[in-house]
Amino acid sequence: MLARAVTHALVGLEARRVEVEADVTNGIPAFVIVGLPDRACAEARQRVRSGIMSAELQFPGGRVTVNLAPAGLRKEGSGYDLPIALAVLAASRQLPHDELDLHASVGELALDGRLRRVGGILAVAEGARRMGLERVLCPMESAAEAALAGVEPIGFRHLADTVAYLRGELEPDPLPPPRSNALEAPQPDLAEVRGQERARRALELAAAGRHNLLLAGPPGTGKTMLARRLPGILPPLDDEAALEVTRIHSVAGLLPPDEPLLQRPPFRAPHHSASTAAIVGGGAGIRPGEASLAHQGVLLLDELAEFARPALEALRQPLEDGVVSIARAAGRAIFPARFQLVATMNLCPCGARGDPSAQCSCSPQRLAAYRDKLSRALLDRFDLVVAMPRPRAVELAAGPAEASAPVAVRVAAAHERLDGPVLRRSSDADELLSRAVERLPLSGRGRARVARVGRTIAALAGAERVEAEHVAEALAYRSPQELAA
Amino acid sequence: MSDLALAVYASETGTHLVRAPSDRRYLAHVRSFDARAYEQRLVAAGFRFLARSAPAFPSLLHAIHDPPPGLFLRGGADTELLSRPAVAIVGARACSGYGASVARMLGRELARAGLLVVSGLARGVDAEAHRGALEAGAATVAVLGCGIDRDYPAAHAQLARRIAETGLVVAEYAPGVEPAPWRFPARNRIVAGLCAAAVVVEARERSGALITADLALEEGREVFAVPGEIGSALSAGTNGLLKLGAAPLTAPADVLASFGLEEAGRTVDDDGLLDLLPATADELVRRTGMTAADVARALVELELAGAAAAQDGVYRVR
Repeated sequence: MLARAVTHALVGLEARRVEVEADVTNGIPAFVIVGLPDRACAEARQRVRSGIMSAELQFPGGRVTVNLAPAGLRKEGSGYDLPIALAVLAASRQLPHDELDLHASVGELALDGRLRRVGGILAVAEGARRMGLERVLCPMESAAEAALAGVEPIGFRHLADTVAYLRGELEPDPLPPPRSNALEAPQPDLAEVRGQERARRALELAAAGRHNLLLAGPPGTGKTMLARRLPGILPPLDDEAALEVTRIHSVAGLLPPDEPLLQRPPFRAPHHSASTAAIVGGGAGIRPGEASLAHQGVLLLDELAEFARPALEALRQPLEDGVVSIARAAGRAIFPARFQLVATMNLCPCGARGDPSAQCSCSPQRLAAYRDKLSRALLDRFDLVVAMPRPRAVELAAGPAEASAPVAVRVAAAHERLDGPVLRRSSDADELLSRAVERLPLSGRGRARVARVGRTIAALAGAERVEAEHVAEALAYRSPQELAA
Repeated sequence: MSDLALAVYASETGTHLVRAPSDRRYLAHVRSFDARAYEQRLVAAGFRFLARSAPAFPSLLHAIHDPPPGLFLRGGADTELLSRPAVAIVGARACSGYGASVARMLGRELARAGLLVVSGLARGVDAEAHRGALEAGAATVAVLGCGIDRDYPAAHAQLARRIAETGLVVAEYAPGVEPAPWRFPARNRIVAGLCAAAVVVEARERSGALITADLALEEGREVFAVPGEIGSALSAGTNGLLKLGAAPLTAPADVLASFGLEEAGRTVDDDGLLDLLPATADELVRRTGMTAADVARALVELELAGAAAAQDGVYRVR
């Protein structure tokens, strides 16, 4: 007897329809899964058998063959457990076929038959909706996430409940009300940062204009501390962006259980030992990397010069195009990766440079090698570069500084203005810009960056046009010559 | 009014005349020439005539060995403009990007420092020099090699209009005279004659700009040449001048020094920040009570003026 359940495989962020066919025939008892499953998927055999028995159902005697079609597409992960179990049960006449055909299903089985959440539910549910399947059977914990796709998720805690529902013996539990207080969760606040007025101003500009920001200075001057406060002054994501971000995080299995929809701009801070694949994505399965996880949010590269150069160079594509395209033998995928890059670095390998109370012990060769890691091409991607010398003790004794909340209000207003008609430069501003190109080492790209930052400064000031004073300030954050390799 | 009669006669007959000839043809011209009526028509068309004998005629130009009988003028500026300390910026029409940017920069910086920029409205270096001066908001003088009513090259009609707004377009030729190759060297003597110094930005080996330089040397004016790449045909003329002993020009200050002038824009320290250096931007914020944005702005102005420089976040007096 043959039965079929429908689920979806993920290639990158894209869902492809997968039919789970189960056939039970007479013969020596065996349970075989074919159709290019990976290790986790092939191990479904054990989980499905135990799960079915724990649900007080019967695992069919005889030969059980499960085929995951299309057979050429690689199936990854444990989300196939539930469709496999349901197909096996339907094939052994413990479930009505026709009911199963109306549902898509996804979920991992525990040995005791409970359903566990898996990553990528949102993308799977979106795939189901496109296929015209409005009802998706999934673990209860994932139901809220699946609902974002505009389908009707039916959440269960146990395989036995799923079967009872399909038999028409059980009304599904209502979904738990969504918790949406994630926006109120406390964030690190700018009020905790003392001194560093210039860097604070640059952080506000970075937030207002979505500029990439590089903070350079000796250790302990608050570079990382400041960078971590950037998400707190960014406005929440709009609906479309939130869905996009949620999809990526879901595929990576990083969605917090109590927060089905990510509404805050994500913040990612990979360690500097991260590999190229970890940064831009890829690996054996095609998974989103840190660059994509930071989509619509902030990617912080702390100690920029300590990252492997290939990993940094790989970031140039997403910085330019806002996407990462990964081609592997297993297939190719395109992940969105429109993030804001914030990086910190020391001014020299020993860290003493820029610190009046310490003597730098780096040889010129070592210094050159350190800066050599950062190609001109990468440094060119930073609109704002701020040197943060060590503040003197007096500054640290200063009173509390401005908190994040008022800054966030200004940033949101600037966003609105920047989304409106483009602010033009006055002739004075143009003249200053050409003067600067002549007098300062400023490349064509550098000129464009200054122009962009000038526009942001004008927007923050609520000006109608970009005036010379705005361009002048923008010039202060240009990348200093001494950082160039 | 004999200067006007002579100027019109020279224009109409296409001759190069310094003094009135005594032949019959000229006498006939003078007899039939109605200076008053001619001048009225001239003014009605928007032009003026500055006779060589007029007190406002620039003395430097008067001093050359073949001064024109007078200058036809277009533009509203006072004729006194022509007597101001002036520098000629000349060079190749088909100049390189380097030449264009140097010409523009020199035009702007020299004009800003108070010099009058004089050139020939030609393509390339000439036009860039004029544009640079206009950028600095200064008046500039363009000398034409054709009748005062023509714009040559036609593509620069707009530029000529802008020059005439605050400065002057001048020519020794009466309205109606067509541009002709032999008139350009004659034009160059006026460019050189108006100026105490001439700057050649880029020039090929046999270039009109070199004629200007030669004329300037003959009249004892200072000649500067901008060094160029050796091996580049565009720089052969200027590098040749340098070999012959022209003063090399590596910064606007070189020219200004010969006029006894200082480079403009060195006194932008309105906020007194220079006295507080060396300091970081944040220290300046705290000591002056200015905002971080205002301090950034002021420091950039100091950097642009070459008065301060930053390294590793610390600003120092330069």
